[in-house]
Amino acid sequence: MASGVEITSTSYIQHHLTNLTFGQTDHGWGFAHNAQEAAEMGFMAVNVDSLGWSIFLGLVFCILFRFAANRATSGVPTGMQNFIEMMVEFVDGTVKDSFHGNNPWIAPIALTIFVWVFFMNLMDLIPVDFIPHLFEVGGVPFQKIVPSTDPNITLGMALAVFGMILYYSIKVKGVSGFLGELTLQPFAAKSPIIQAMFMPVNLALELVGLLAKPFSLGLRLFGNMYAGEMIFILIAIMYMSGSWILGAFGGTLQLGWAIFHILIITLQAFIFMVLTVVYLGMAHENH
Amino acid sequence: MGLIMIAAAVMVGFGALGAAVGMGLLGGKLLEGTARQPELGPMLQGKMFLLAGLIDAIPMIGVGIGMYLIFAVAPGVAG
Repeated sequence: MASGVEITSTSYIQHHLTNLTFGQTDHGWGFAHNAQEAAEMGFMAVNVDSLGWSIFLGLVFCILFRFAANRATSGVPTGMQNFIEMMVEFVDGTVKDSFHGNNPWIAPIALTIFVWVFFMNLMDLIPVDFIPHLFEVGGVPFQKIVPSTDPNITLGMALAVFGMILYYSIKVKGVSGFLGELTLQPFAAKSPIIQAMFMPVNLALELVGLLAKPFSLGLRLFGNMYAGEMIFILIAIMYMSGSWILGAFGGTLQLGWAIFHILIITLQAFIFMVLTVVYLGMAHENH
Repeated sequence: MGLIMIAAAVMVGFGALGAAVGMGLLGGKLLEGTARQPELGPMLQGKMFLLAGLIDAIPMIGVGIGMYLIFAVAPGVAG
């Protein structure tokens, strides 16, 4: 989309998949001007756009819900309050169904995760060129507005969930109980010597299971959103063909995919929330 | 470039195959369960959507990466 440079479909796709990255370049700290420069920054680089948009959406969530809570009436709820009550009740019901421990924090965590992930996914429905182009007019070269198409964001959230799993496992079961769960299952024996021989096998199996949780959680959300965004971008290429028939067809496809995508973004936010609650529920189970 | 196309085809095709079998089993079992106990229908349907989302994830990821290979990587290799 950079003016003056000829746009090919490859450069268009790659432009759309490049984050606005801040890090150390050859000329000191600054923004990367292309994907290669961003890659050279290595580990100490920050995707400013993903981070900014996700924090912004988190603030939108907090302010929206606080606003609705302040104005809540005990009469017949209208509009906004209705919507928020629906979401809260929905999450509350899901948590009651799948979490059987005793912890007042789980439902708020689940609500935050659900609404936040839902808002981040919702950015996918904004036409792909709209906001990036506005930023480009303002002089910002890259802008990826869907935070959940950035693996750093989804894996970061999954890592936070993993931290909570570890914290609650140790809090509920104690260190010895948690270690016991990792080493005394699924193979168990009465004789202590055979049990000791089983321990490394059990530990290997359980560790794989434990580590697979955050990975699958983060990658599932990332993969779905990335694939959806990719298809939006590919349909948008049709606009470049110059013929209005292809353009109109692309518009129809875009609309159809967006309507189908509403299902996916809600479902993925829901799955992220349910799996978090289930994992935390497993952490709360004391044998 | 040809190999990239074949890689994308394998990715999309086999992902869809597995998911189709999974979806078929899931839907069939839902119908069976609902026929046996119609009062459990709404609850089972909610759970089915959750599992459908889990199954759906893998072929969708495959389609996304496949499209990326076809439209972004392959032209770069060719030209």
